[in-house]
Amino acid sequence: MEVTLNDYLILSTILFAIGLLGAIRRKNLLMLFFATEIMLNAVNVGMAAISKFHGDLTGQIFAFFIVAIAASEVAVGLGLLILWFKRRNTLNLDSLQKMEG
Amino acid sequence: MFEVVAFYLFAILTIVMFVITVTTKNALYALSSLAAGMIFISAFFFLLEADFLGVVQIIVYTGAVMALYAFGMMFFDTISDVEEKIANPRLTFLLTGLVALVVVVIIVSPIVGANITAHYPVGISGNFPGVIVGNVQDIGIVLFTKYLIPFELAAVMLLVAMIGGIILAGKKMDMDLVQDTVQEQNHLHSDFNNKKDV
Repeated sequence: MEVTLNDYLILSTILFAIGLLGAIRRKNLLMLFFATEIMLNAVNVGMAAISKFHGDLTGQIFAFFIVAIAASEVAVGLGLLILWFKRRNTLNLDSLQKMEG
Repeated sequence: MFEVVAFYLFAILTIVMFVITVTTKNALYALSSLAAGMIFISAFFFLLEADFLGVVQIIVYTGAVMALYAFGMMFFDTISDVEEKIANPRLTFLLTGLVALVVVVIIVSPIVGANITAHYPVGISGNFPGVIVGNVQDIGIVLFTKYLIPFELAAVMLLVAMIGGIILAGKKMDMDLVQDTVQEQNHLHSDFNNKKDV
């Protein structure tokens, strides 16, 4: 018995589905950010698995860049979130519907 | 055998942690279970012999990203439960399940990759004399040859994101801090003077 590429890809898919479920179901902006992080991590697992089973390093490099993108996304997103919370005192997604300048 | 046990153990742990993150109503529980899930994810990278990526995962995600979230949550109301008003729960559930199922079908469907040849094979550092063979060396050689420009762009992007984050989150923040400290200093100073008079 051995762990194959399919096992890793199925795990990656399950994790991505969990993140997607969170992104669709959640109404809180902070929780949406968490769900995004889960999805990015799920993709990273898939990249690393393909990198190993094909013996190609490109997958790992791409996962590395995804980590960099996730870090910058968090920095900008959290800044915007703090600004929004200061203005509206809520993080509910529905409060974004009233954006009148 | 060891690899199989480790894989399934960490798979279950990661899935449980992420499910908690997605379903809990408490923002602090969500944050801590997300951090735990990130660390468990790094276990897969070590199992896949991507040591460098595993270390980066721990440092960047649980070190930087989670710390950033923890600091950000100081501004938010985290004690009270997250209230979420869902207008039509049954429809949401149905759509969510449907989309998740479609994604599973897309990705689990047979992968045809037998003819793909590796341009940058694992162990590329073995071609260079005098270099110790290892994952970190491999990553370094590929990252600083073919992927040098994306690497530089990522550095610029991180710098821009850092400046953007500071500017967005730091509006008026310096003013309040300065005023607080000045008042505090005056307060301390007057206390000191009063004591001296006595």
